[in-house]
Amino acid sequence: MKISNPKSQISNLRLKMLKVNNIHARIESNEILKGINLEVKPGEVHAIMGPNGAGKSTLSSVIAGRDEYEVTEGDITLNGESIMDMAPEERAHKGVFLSFQYPIEIPGVTVSNFLKTSINESRKAQGLDPMPASEMLKKMREKMSLLEMDKGFLSRSLNEGFSGGEKKRNEIFQMAMLEPTLAILDETDSGLDIDALRIVANGVNKLKSKDNAVVIITHYQRLLDHIVPDFVHVLFDGKIVKSGDKTLAHKLEEKGYDWIKNELAEAK
Amino acid sequence: MEQLKEKLLSSFIVFENEINGQADSPIHEIRREALKTFEELGFPTKRHEEWKYTNLKPILKHDFKVFPKTEKAIEFKDVKRYFLNEVDTYKIVFVNGVYSSWLSETTHTNYDVCTFSAATKKYAEVLEKYFSSIAPKDEAMVALNTAFAKDGAFIRVPKNQTVNKPIEVVYLTTDEGRELMIQPRNLVVAEEGSHVQIIERHQSLSSSLVFTNSVTEIYASNNAKVSYYKVQNDIKTASLVDSTSVKQERDSHVNVGTFSFGGKFTRNNLNFFMAGENIESHMDGITILEEGQFVDHHTLADHQQPNCYSRELYKSIFDDNSKGVFNGKVMVHRDAQKTNAFQSNNNLLLTDKASIDTKPQLEIYADDVKCSHGCTIGQLDEEALFYLRSRGIPEKEAKAMLMYAFSNDALDHVHIPELKTKLNLLIAKKLGVDLEFEL
Repeated sequence: MKISNPKSQISNLRLKMLKVNNIHARIESNEILKGINLEVKPGEVHAIMGPNGAGKSTLSSVIAGRDEYEVTEGDITLNGESIMDMAPEERAHKGVFLSFQYPIEIPGVTVSNFLKTSINESRKAQGLDPMPASEMLKKMREKMSLLEMDKGFLSRSLNEGFSGGEKKRNEIFQMAMLEPTLAILDETDSGLDIDALRIVANGVNKLKSKDNAVVIITHYQRLLDHIVPDFVHVLFDGKIVKSGDKTLAHKLEEKGYDWIKNELAEAK
Repeated sequence: MEQLKEKLLSSFIVFENEINGQADSPIHEIRREALKTFEELGFPTKRHEEWKYTNLKPILKHDFKVFPKTEKAIEFKDVKRYFLNEVDTYKIVFVNGVYSSWLSETTHTNYDVCTFSAATKKYAEVLEKYFSSIAPKDEAMVALNTAFAKDGAFIRVPKNQTVNKPIEVVYLTTDEGRELMIQPRNLVVAEEGSHVQIIERHQSLSSSLVFTNSVTEIYASNNAKVSYYKVQNDIKTASLVDSTSVKQERDSHVNVGTFSFGGKFTRNNLNFFMAGENIESHMDGITILEEGQFVDHHTLADHQQPNCYSRELYKSIFDDNSKGVFNGKVMVHRDAQKTNAFQSNNNLLLTDKASIDTKPQLEIYADDVKCSHGCTIGQLDEEALFYLRSRGIPEKEAKAMLMYAFSNDALDHVHIPELKTKLNLLIAKKLGVDLEFEL
């Protein structure tokens, strides 16, 4: 996978691509994230696991810049630059991509028109000319075949009437087209049957390179059988309470989240 | 308002002199009757139920010139952008209410695409049959127009003929040195099995005040198909009251699309009188307004016979302090069993100062019918906005895409691709973005 953003060549230096430093975030008066620390380097795959309500989706939204959440403390940097004051679109232009747990249906805007706008706005932000239509189409075809998608997909309204699996596949298709340096996959496995899971995971694996990184947010182990993480973190009650390698995911699957709860209780 | 009324009433004699030779014709008898009606009714005020939210008073306070006489010379290149250029069309063009043969392209070959004034001489019997037979006689603005009906578009399509290209009816106004009032009168007669597509536009070319009181009558005979599109994108010194009435016979299909982006004040009265069985009637509307603009849509689907389908879809977006009114009346008569009537009015309010008064009005006297109506008032979906922005699309463009997505199904019945493209461009322009919304 090529890096479209010249600025991100700095990542070749193997610096920390993403650094989440003591992030506290709340929605209204509820504090959801209570001091998150996370470092991701280029080429790495991180998995963030945790029970419902632990703050997994909040973390992904805060990184992508959703302003519904108020960040009260801490900083997030991408390739050494703070992104906290950046709009979601600016973060996207810097290479952040979030695959949504519940992709939004937008009737009347076709997949191809949406992607064309998305790619060309990113190019514009980087001082590049719009991608020629023929090149765009070629790239779309290539990435669609990677995800075993029918070409009729392009002329359908964005996510409208898509099955759960189609929506998720469409998210990864967008990721493939946008070529982010940091991809956050929020519960991408939910709603996928075995075949769709294999196709999506296969797609993500093919898009992986030494220059980009993937953060997988998931409740279950099963996606991690296909996309093998270098690190697994357990998020619980707004904090990362445990980190380890892929064996941690297996242990969680085996023992359940109560195991973590009990361990925490004992420590107290 | 009273002054303008007096002025109009007293100028009727001048008007009669202008159309000399016709003073004894049945058409003129209709005009005289209409003048009486207008004299009795006067201009509608906010005391009238149908004008409760719509105030004509500030529009009518000016000392309008009511009979512009001269045809102004206009080069086509200067007004080209108000026409569809990517496709060949017939054109009936008026400048300050006066027919411009120079800008027009008419025909009498297989069908008649010409002017109302020409038809009064050439097709008097057709005119006598349909003129003032469809538009409600007891409405003041219609009566006023009828009294002074002199010119406009006349379109007649004989049995089983299909007009081979769209017809553009364009009313241009230029600087006449003072405020101008014009009253176009259009008549469309689509005979049995015929097919026609018409685009109407009113456009001021100068910033002097213009008030247009337009009346259109459309007759669709058995199995006829008529598409009528109104592109309302005038400048903000223009005001328009448009009364369009459609009478449909059995098996006919008529759709009227009203696309309102411009103008200061616009009132659209759109009536469908469904007089036969198996009729389909579609009313679509997209309204996008900003600072200082007002648009009122008053619609009627009058189901008189069984087994008819009416569908109404109005989408509106209000920014700044703009205001809108929607009043959708569905009348189902006692004999109109198996009626299927659908009405939907969806509104987006982008600011706290913008407002919409919306009112569905159903009167149902038959017992075996399917009538549904719904109206929504909302804001842009924040989550959808975040979704688009997270894909690198800036806020303004993302909002525009969502607004386009919100409104675009009201373009489904635009069957002229070049018009659809043009409307998409107008929408993008109105939303302030350089996006192509093509599919």
